[in-house]
Amino acid sequence: MTYTVNATGLRKTYGDHVVLDGIDLAVATGSVFSLLGPNGAGKTTLVRILATLLAPDSGTATIAGHDLLSDPLAVRKVISLTGQYAAVDEVLTAEENLLMMAQLRHLPRKLARQRVEDLLAEFDLVDARARRVGTFSGGMTRRLDLAISMIERPELLFLDEPTTGLDPRSREQVWGTVRQLVDDGVTILLTTQYLEEADQLADRIAVLDGGSIVAEGTAAELKSTIGGELLRIELADLESYGRAVAHLSPERTDERLLSVEVPTDGSPTEIVALLARLEREGLAVRKVTTVHPSLDDVFFTLTERSAA
Amino acid sequence: MTLSTAVLDSRVMVTRSVRRSFRDPEAFFTALMLPVILMLLFVYVFGGAMNTGGDYVNYVVPGLLLLCAGFGAGTTSVSVAQDMSNGIVDRFRSMPIHGSSVMVGHIVASVVRNLIATALVIGVALLVGWRPTASPLDWIASIGVVLLFVLAISWLAATAGLLLGSPEAANGFSMILMFLPYVSTAFVPADTMPSWMRGFAEHQPLTPVIETLRGLWMGTPIDHQAWIAAAWCVGILAVSVPAASSLFGRRTSR
Ligand SMILES: Nc1ncnc2c1ncn2[C@@H]1O[C@H](COP(=O)(O)OP(=O)(O)OP(=O)(O)O)[C@@H](O)[C@H]1O
Ligand SMILES: [Mg+2]
Repeated sequence: MTYTVNATGLRKTYGDHVVLDGIDLAVATGSVFSLLGPNGAGKTTLVRILATLLAPDSGTATIAGHDLLSDPLAVRKVISLTGQYAAVDEVLTAEENLLMMAQLRHLPRKLARQRVEDLLAEFDLVDARARRVGTFSGGMTRRLDLAISMIERPELLFLDEPTTGLDPRSREQVWGTVRQLVDDGVTILLTTQYLEEADQLADRIAVLDGGSIVAEGTAAELKSTIGGELLRIELADLESYGRAVAHLSPERTDERLLSVEVPTDGSPTEIVALLARLEREGLAVRKVTTVHPSLDDVFFTLTERSAA
Repeated sequence: MTLSTAVLDSRVMVTRSVRRSFRDPEAFFTALMLPVILMLLFVYVFGGAMNTGGDYVNYVVPGLLLLCAGFGAGTTSVSVAQDMSNGIVDRFRSMPIHGSSVMVGHIVASVVRNLIATALVIGVALLVGWRPTASPLDWIASIGVVLLFVLAISWLAATAGLLLGSPEAANGFSMILMFLPYVSTAFVPADTMPSWMRGFAEHQPLTPVIETLRGLWMGTPIDHQAWIAAAWCVGILAVSVPAASSLFGRRTSR
C-alpha cells in the first residue's frame, strides 16, 4: 500500500495553546480520508500545515513522496486546496477567476479556454460566468471554488469543509464530484462537520479532538467501537421502566422517554429471547425498535470530554 | 522554477491587479480627483500666502506629484493587505507559482495608477499656469526619476502591506506616506522650518527627489540631490523587493 500523505508527530502551538499535539497521519493513495472534529479541533490548522501554508513547530510529513518542509515547491505541484473560506477573487467574474487559475497552472491557451468552458458547465455556472463573484450566493461561490480546484487533476486534494453552507442539492452535487474524482484516482483529505458526509464519502475517518487523533478507522470500525446493535424498548409506565432498568442491564436509559437500550448482536434468536423475557417479567412495553449506532454517536462519545 | 514561468505567472497577476484597480470605481475616482483638488487648493488657496520666489505653482508641482504618489502607494498597501487577509492568497501560496508574481501584479498596477495620476498632475498644472523650462532631455530624465520613485514607493508599500497584514493597519501606513511630503521641501523651503524639523526635512527621502524634479523642470540647482534621490530609491528597492518575495512565499508561523 502506498501513502500519499505520511505525517508523523505534527505539532503546533499558539502561545501555550496546543492546537496539534503530535499528529500521525497516513492517507492511502486513491482513498478519501476524512478528518472529523468539533469546532476548534485543529482541522484547518492541520490542512494548512499539509498544504505548505503553515510551518509546524515540529514533526515531518511527506506528500506524494515529497518532503513537506524541504521541498514545498514539489508538494505544491501535486496538491490542490479548497480551503474553509472561499479562495476566489470577488472583484473578478467567474470566468476570469477560472481562466486566471488555469493560466497559473500553465495550461496552454486553448486547453485553458476549453477547461474553463467544461468547468463552467459542470458546476452549473454558465449563466453566471460574466458576473462578479462578489455578487454570488454562498453556494455559487463554493461551486466556483471547487471548480478552480479541479482545473488540473491533482494527486492530493484538500477539501476543508467543502459543503458547509450548501443546500442539500448542491451538497449532493459536490459529493458526486468528489466520487468522480476518486474514480479518477485522486486522493482526498476531507474535513467536515457533517458526519453523514464522512460516512458517505470517506474510506477512513480520523476523529480529531483536543489536539490528538482520538480514534481512527473505517466508519464501520468506529461505530463498532461504541458497541453494536441496540434494542430500544419503550416502556408504558414508570414502574415497568424501573424494573427494566434493574433487570435488563441496559446500555443507555432515558427516564423522560421511559426508554432503555439493550445491546444485542442483532440475530433473530437473541431478539426473540429478549422479547420473551420482557413477556416473562410482565413489563408493560409500548414499542420496540432496533437502533444502529451512527457516526453521530461515535462523535459525541469520543468528543464528550472537550464539550464537558 | 524557471524565468519563463516567473514571467508567465507575473503577467497573469498583472492582468488581475490592473483589472481590480479599474473595477473599484470609488477608489479610482478618488485617485483621479485628488490631484485636481490638491492642485487647485495649493495654487489658489494657499499659494497666495506662500513666498517661494516666483509663481507658487512653479514651486509646488513636484511636491504635489509625490503627495499623489504617496496616496497611490497607500492604495497599494491596502490592497496587498486585503489580499493577505483573503482566502485567495492561501490558494496562490499553495500553488507552484513564482513567489513574487502576486507582488509584481500589485506593483505594476500601482505604477500604472501612479503614472495616470502623474499625468493628471502635470496636465492640471499646465492648465493653471505651470511653466516649466525643461529641455526635452530634462523631461526624459524627470520621467525616469518619477518612474524610479514610484517603483520604490510601490514596493515599499507592498512590503508594508504584507508585514501589516490587515487593511486597517495598512491604512495607517498610508497616512504616514501622505503626511511625509508636508515635512519636506514639497510645499515650503526647509529653511522656513524650526531647526529640529528642518534637519528631518532635509534628510528624508522625499526632499532629494523633489529637489531633483524641481531642478529638472525649473532649472533650480540640483547638485548632488539627484544622487541622493537615486540612492534612496535603489536602497528602498534593494530591501523591499527581496523582503516582499520572501514574506509572501514563506510559510506563516501563525
Ligand atoms: N493564528 C492563530 N492564532 C492563535 N490561535 C489560533 C490561530 N489559528 C488557529 N488558532 C486556534 O487553533 C485552534 C484550532 O483552529 P482550527 O481553525 O484549526 O480549528 P478547526 O478544527 O478548523 O475548527 P472549525 O471547525 O471551526 O473550522 C482554535 O482554537 C483556534 O482558536
Ligand atoms: Mg476549520
